[in-house]
Parts: sequence; structure tokens; C-alpha cells
Amino acid sequence: MHLLDAVRLAFQTLRVQKLKSFFTLAGVTIGVMFLIAVVSIVEGMGSYMENDFVAKLIGVNTFQLRRFPMISDASESEWREWVRRPRITFDDAREVAAALPEEALWSVESSDNIPIESRFSRPRALEATAIDGDYFRIRNMEVSLGRLISPQELTLGTRVAVIGEEIATRFFPRLNPIGRTLKVGGTSYEVIGVAAKQGSIFGMSMDRFVITSANAPLQRLVNPHNLIDGMKIKMPTTDGMFEARETVRQVMRGRHKLRPSQKDNFVMETSESALEFWRKIEGNLVIAGVILPAIALIVGAMVIMNIMLVAVSERTREIGIRKAIGAKYRDILAQFLVEATTLSIMGAAIGVALGIILSQTIAALSPLPAAVAPWSIVAGILVGAGVGVIAGVYPASRAARLDPIVALRAE
Amino acid sequence: MTPGATGISGPGDPGLSTTAERKIVIGDAGGAPDKDWVIVARGLTREYDMGGEIVRALRGVDIAIRRNEYVAIMGPSGSGKSTLMNLVGCLDTPTAGEYWLNGMLVSEMNDDELARIRNREIGFVFQTFNLLPRASALHNVELPLVYGGVPAAERRKRAAEALDSVGLADRMNHRPNELSGGQRQRVAIARALVNRPSILLADEPTGNLDSTTSAEIMNVFEQLAESGQTVIMVTHEADIAAHAKRVVVLRDGMVESDDRREKFAARMNG
Repeated sequence: MHLLDAVRLAFQTLRVQKLKSFFTLAGVTIGVMFLIAVVSIVEGMGSYMENDFVAKLIGVNTFQLRRFPMISDASESEWREWVRRPRITFDDAREVAAALPEEALWSVESSDNIPIESRFSRPRALEATAIDGDYFRIRNMEVSLGRLISPQELTLGTRVAVIGEEIATRFFPRLNPIGRTLKVGGTSYEVIGVAAKQGSIFGMSMDRFVITSANAPLQRLVNPHNLIDGMKIKMPTTDGMFEARETVRQVMRGRHKLRPSQKDNFVMETSESALEFWRKIEGNLVIAGVILPAIALIVGAMVIMNIMLVAVSERTREIGIRKAIGAKYRDILAQFLVEATTLSIMGAAIGVALGIILSQTIAALSPLPAAVAPWSIVAGILVGAGVGVIAGVYPASRAARLDPIVALRAE
Repeated sequence: MTPGATGISGPGDPGLSTTAERKIVIGDAGGAPDKDWVIVARGLTREYDMGGEIVRALRGVDIAIRRNEYVAIMGPSGSGKSTLMNLVGCLDTPTAGEYWLNGMLVSEMNDDELARIRNREIGFVFQTFNLLPRASALHNVELPLVYGGVPAAERRKRAAEALDSVGLADRMNHRPNELSGGQRQRVAIARALVNRPSILLADEPTGNLDSTTSAEIMNVFEQLAESGQTVIMVTHEADIAAHAKRVVVLRDGMVESDDRREKFAARMNG
């Protein structure tokens, strides 16, 4: 018997037993649905992390010098070591900047939540950043209104501020904020620019910030005297990155008076090293996302096997007729195997459709991005087929082994 | 009486084998019979193990049937006729003895070989019709061709022809439950014939039919036999058996008599 005949026969049987078939499918459908949804969400977060998140936080051809990594899943003992590390200072930054090649861009930055207020709004603690160097060029930050802080103003510590779009609308509702006064930590600053919209990461707005010079009074509030959160260095091309990092390392090791046997007590994070952290989580998420649907699929397989066993005993006479007429062992085996597989592939196909809908719904209702991976659709269908074959083998071989004489006598 | 039953059959009837001829072919143990003999069974024995107790359903049955013969196998229940039918129909293999079908030694075959033989050489007609309830008449008739690996288009054509030949051309797309008993048995006959089998093997073909419909079906068999189809019919009813030209009577797992119809009828009446 040809495969096509077997498939056609399977669809005939399914059409006759719609309701039963539907319940049979449920397990496989749910398993595949969650498989698709979980993979979509993990993949979506992954591509978001790689293309958006890390690039926004760190940027291309850029590395940041910090006391310890910004993003990590450090253990308790690592943390204890980290907090004992010396902090990075302005003097460190100056020496590093001097050692860097001319084409390198660098910036220092320190941020904290600082009470902010204006005449038009009640005070609220929001992120304020004190900067120096090529901060705006490294961030590719531009203004939609006004202008950026000039190098002279940065050096002199002039009390001017560039604010994010949300700060502008919150503290200066329906007003042009340029030239107006914003109080940051009790000190008045003149708003000279509103940054172009930065968007959001995982639903957190990136437009909620105030930037002033690191030489302005804000510095004392975000970091004690002479300390900074970190330093960012950007090279024009990838080629210069390695050399620049080595330069910075030598300067910092010298300043921290490390012996050759001692490890670095600072980090130089690139977008790559931040991503490593994500990849670790991603692995765990994928494992969890596979185990849960796998349980549903095992249940689905058991349901299908049960239904097929019932089908075999209900259709014993049919099997007898087919064998009397000339069906061989493999014809009957194929008939029931194809039927079980058709069932489970249909279940998987419905699961794929529901999984896509589910992940799109999650993407629409939550900040989690979800991109349906084409491979997960293929995998879902293949898993469905596999479940069908595994669940169908035993019932099908039982049917195929029936003695035609006994089967013909069945009622 | 049907036209084929008028008294032309005698010792010289070309459609019938004689006792002497049968003795010769059966006596040649182990030898492949001449192509003219569709069925040669030598010392067929079938025993069943019923929980430690051996039941001997057949105890050495010798039967030879020549091509184009119309034979009834008769006997009371428990005589072994069902067992013999299963062996002749290649649904089962004997415990001992030889069974040659169309020159092939079936008694030595495995299950898949038996399935192929059933598909090509045997057309079954059952008492309970045994049609697939959810399939149309056409699809039921197509079924042997499906397992014979015939391409779909040819399958359809041959199944339609077979249904046409039993007068059901206008019922092809009906399901069995939309057909009368006689029509169902005609569908079963069409299915049995669609693969042009060596033997048409009918098991109590009229057992579930009223007498009018029975006569109709017996008429179909008569015509098939006339046209050269070898027909073997298993029944326990003497008047149905009397439609065949030769009647084999079984008793207690052995052949009690194997005669022309006239002799059988005479003995029944006597």
C-alpha cells in the first residue's frame, strides 16, 4: 500500500471521529504550543539583547573600565572580592586618557538617583549623570531642542544640563524647557538641551535622565570626592580595540600597583562580555522551556497510544477483512502508524499556530520581545511526528500481528 | 432449477474431474500437480491446542479440484468445514499435509507470502459480507487492488467494472448501510472478483439472506461458474450445496463423500 493511500485513510478515520481526535490532539498541541512560545520569547530576548540592549548600554567598538561588571550573575564570594577592589578615580581616568591614542574617544561618568524639581512640578528622585570627555559622541546622543554641553562648559563645570525627553515633559509640561531652571540635588541648572528620544529597554524608558558636567556640583552628590563609576573608551574601528585595552590595562595595573602574579582588580567590559552573561541565562531558560513542554508531549504520547489501542480493538474486524483481502504485516503496521503520526502532526500544527499567537500576544501585552524562530516551527512539527511514531509503534504492531481468522470473528 | 443444472452433466462432463483422475493426482505425494489442478490437498491435518487438550479438526483430508469446477463443501457444524475453508483460503496453514494452490506449495509459506497469495489467488465471499462500513462500495471493491499495488486510476476503473458486472453500476458511491443485503453481497462478490482470482471462495454466502435474495446470489454464482470461474462454496445447507456440480461432504474431520451433484441429491433423497 502506498503512503498516500495510508495518509488518505488516516484523514478519513479522523474525519469520522472528530471529537475523539480533538481530545487526542490536546496533549501534543499544548506541548508544541509552549515549546514554540518559550523558544520565541527566549530567542526574541536574545536578539534584543544582542542587537539593542547591549548596544544601547555599551555600544560598538566600545569598552568600559569599571570596578566590576555592570551585568553579571556573580556568586557571593565573587561579590565579596569585588567590593574590596579599589574604586576608579578621576586621576585614573586622566592617566588612562593620556595614554590612549589620539583617535580614541573617552568619557567618564557617574550616576545616581538625585531629587529633581522645577517650578512646575513636585520633586522626584531620578537618574542624574555627571560626565566628562566625549560622552555625547560615544553615545551618539543628539538633541531635539537646544544644544549639547560644550567641552569648555564640561571643563569649567558650568551649571547647565541636558535632559531626557521624559524629564522635559514631566518638569516643564507644555513648555519649552530651554533656558529654564531645573533644580538637581538642590543646585539650580539651566536646561540647554533636550536629548532626542532614546526609546526603551524591556519597558524601561531610556529618556529619564539629567546630564551635567562632572565638574559641576552634581559630582559631589553622585560620587564622593574624586571617584567615578567608570570610564568608557571608544575606538574608531574594531582593530584598535585590543591594543587600547592592553594600554588601559597596563596603566591601571600600574596605578593599582599589581604584581605580575596578581589578577586585574578592575574590568574592561565590551558588549561581548556583557552578552556572555545573557548567554548563560539563555541556556537555562531554554532547558526549562524544553523540559516543561516535554512533559506535555509525553502525556500527549500516552494519550495517543491509548487511543490507538482502543482503535485497534474497535477495528479488529476491519483488520481481519484487510488481512483476508491481502494486507501484509507492514500494510497494517503502516496504516496505524500513519494514523497516529497524522494525528500528532495535526496536533503539532495546531500547537505551532497557537504558539505563534501566544508569543505574539505576550509580545504585545508585555515588554518582552518575541520573535518566532523558523527552526522552532520545523522542530515543533518534527517533534509532533516523532511523538506519533513513538506512540503508534506498539498499537500498530499489535494490529499487524492479529491472526486474520480470529480478527474476522471479532464483533 | 437454473439453466446450468439441466441434466447434461454426466461422466463425460468436461467441467468435472472424475474420481479416478483425482485419485491419481492426490496419490502423487510431494509432486507439483499439473497446471490444470487449482487445488490439490494431500492428507491435510489441522490440530488445535486448546489449553493442553489437542483438538483434531481435520484428520487427513484429500481434495483435488480442477480449474473451472463448481464445488460445494458440506458438513454439519463441527465437521471441520470452517477449518478446511481457512486452509483452502490461505488464512491458516496445516499441521500436517500438503496444500498446492495453482501449482504453489502454500502449506510451507510464511504470513506475508500467504497474504500475497490471498490477494492474488483468492476471492472471499463471507456470510456477513465483511465490507468496510465507512467506505463506499467502490472503495470496498478497490481494496484488494490497493494491497496489490495497482495504481489509483486503474484501480478505480477495474473496481467500477467489477461493480458493473454484478449490476451495481448505479450504487458505487453508496456505503454498505445504504444497501440491501443482496446488494451488499454483490459488492462483496465484486470485491472478490476484482483481482481475477484463481478461486472464488464463498463461506455460507446466503446465510444472512432471505430465500429470494439467496436465489439471486446463487444465480450469480451459477453464471460465474458458467463463464469459467472456479467456485468453492462452504455451506451446511443441502439445498444450497445442490447448486454446485460437485459436493464434498465432511464428517468428523474427514471426507465422507465426494460426488457429482446428481449422486449427492439421490443419496439425500434416498
